[in-house]
Amino acid sequence: MNAAPHAEGASRVDLDAFEGAYLTRGRMIFWLLILAGALFASLIVAASFGSAPVHLFRAMTDSMSADHAIFFGVRLPRVLMGAVVGAVLASAGVALQALVRNPLAEGGILGISGGAALGAILALVLLSASPISDAIVPMVAFGSALVATLAVYRLALIDGRLEPFTLLLIGVIFNAFWGAAIMLVNSVVNFYYAHSILFWLMGNLEAPTYREVAIVACLAAIGFLVLMFRARDLNLLSLGDEAAAEMGVEVAGLRRVIFFATSIMIGAAVSVSGIISFVGLIVPHVLRLALGSDHRLLLPASLLGGAAFMVIADLIARTAIAPSEIPVGAITALCGGPFFIYMLRREGQKPFSL
Amino acid sequence: MTDAIRNELVLKADGVVARYGSLEVLRGVSMDLHAGEMLAIVGPNGAGKSTLLKVLGGTLARVRGSVELFGRPLESYDRRSLATLVATVAQENAIAFQFSVLEVVLMGRAPHLGAFHFETRRDLEIAHSALRHFDLLALARRPIQELSGGERKRVFLARALAQETKIALLDEPTAFLDLKHVADIFSRFRALCGERGMAVVATLHDLNAAALYADRVLLMKDGAAIAGGTPEAVLTEQNLREVYDTEVYVGRNPSSGALVILPIAHRS
Repeated sequence: MNAAPHAEGASRVDLDAFEGAYLTRGRMIFWLLILAGALFASLIVAASFGSAPVHLFRAMTDSMSADHAIFFGVRLPRVLMGAVVGAVLASAGVALQALVRNPLAEGGILGISGGAALGAILALVLLSASPISDAIVPMVAFGSALVATLAVYRLALIDGRLEPFTLLLIGVIFNAFWGAAIMLVNSVVNFYYAHSILFWLMGNLEAPTYREVAIVACLAAIGFLVLMFRARDLNLLSLGDEAAAEMGVEVAGLRRVIFFATSIMIGAAVSVSGIISFVGLIVPHVLRLALGSDHRLLLPASLLGGAAFMVIADLIARTAIAPSEIPVGAITALCGGPFFIYMLRREGQKPFSL
Repeated sequence: MTDAIRNELVLKADGVVARYGSLEVLRGVSMDLHAGEMLAIVGPNGAGKSTLLKVLGGTLARVRGSVELFGRPLESYDRRSLATLVATVAQENAIAFQFSVLEVVLMGRAPHLGAFHFETRRDLEIAHSALRHFDLLALARRPIQELSGGERKRVFLARALAQETKIALLDEPTAFLDLKHVADIFSRFRALCGERGMAVVATLHDLNAAALYADRVLLMKDGAAIAGGTPEAVLTEQNLREVYDTEVYVGRNPSSGALVILPIAHRS
């Protein structure tokens, strides 16, 4: 062995053994291209099938045909909305999991989606006579998501310290509470609203407009960029609040930023799709197993993977019992429930925290 | 090691008082630390050793007193620049989610990197060197969850090393470690003190290790510093009896001349 000091600084150090054990730009690009390909394929497949048969070539070429009207007027905005909502829920799920250091966190379980849905329902019921209710409902949903998040956050804060486990429990309680409040509203309003309320509770992607897709996509993009900017800090947060602080992270500020960004994202998604649960749980978990936990890759990977997952889930929702529809939230919950239990069991055997 | 004492003053605490809730854990502790020096903080459980480290690392606010880092008040540093000067390894290290050993060590480079920067070859070489120093190269690819407690401890020490700071604050760095790795770790940090002029503060329960490796020892009890100075001056039978409330024998290792501290057991 060469005993000369600082000799290891020379380029003779063999780093080949590290290959694949850390995130490189090349690895990141490789996986994101694969996931983008998967998303593209799912978009094509989902746009090609539906309850009404559409001749794709005619839809593209003949703007006067019924095929054109169905494809561009109904199916495409719905598929795109599915992609946007799935992207939001999965990537916000990753960020919330990092924040509470628990892979069981997501917008639904933390009560954020439920709060947003309750706000949206109240706005719908109280303002339905007003001509501007269309614009108001999404805004109220976002506001309620933020209020729900802050409520959970403040209540979980004990002596100025945030225990991730407490946060998770309070979120679960809030989630049940919001659900109960929604049922209460449901039983006092007239029957006319019943379908809308079910829509919010179960999660659905029925008939969105391009304008709605654009608005949600913009809000999602803003929130997501904020998350990406803090991706490395989220890695450090895995080591605990104190260790993250010792390594240069302003933890309280990071929490605020992440909560705000995820509220925007989830509020926007819920305002158009209601509560679609478990997407923020399943997609991040599978990707974490496959790609590792580095949030610089995991966040964009969940964005793409969540979009693809939701597009396919909605395809099943639209076509499984056509011409009837299953709410897409029922599809994700049917997959997600058993998955959640599997994760709980798995965690019982091998704790994520040391 | 008297040369080290004459070196630059890097950290100075004066009359530090700190609380957990209403419990006063530090009641006016003063200490100083010089470049190239290893300072051991010893004392019984609950003496406030870890709390002092937290105050010095800036993660626990003090009620009174001052801490100066390189001549500037600790408060005048933002988190990130603090992290380029001081590395801390806590007593217990949890990690959520699965990261490879290499990824954890590379996290030590975070204070030196921008939000969207990937680790450079130089960062990897630094991580490589840190892993090698703590005998971890063979484990670099393994998920940290699969490691034993002692191996994990070394990973966090390597992470602190990769942070390339002037000061390291180590809370019980050798708990859970076997004899060889205890010796390795202390000689490693000793070497860093010599080569890079790094200053190390370590809380220790092992008084013999403190006597063997530290330039100076700070003896604490009930949130106060009882004595400070060279191991020979501080680790005396009288001081230890007073602080630990138990009989001890302090002698010399006949083959090396090193200070040896042993409890005196009373068997009935």
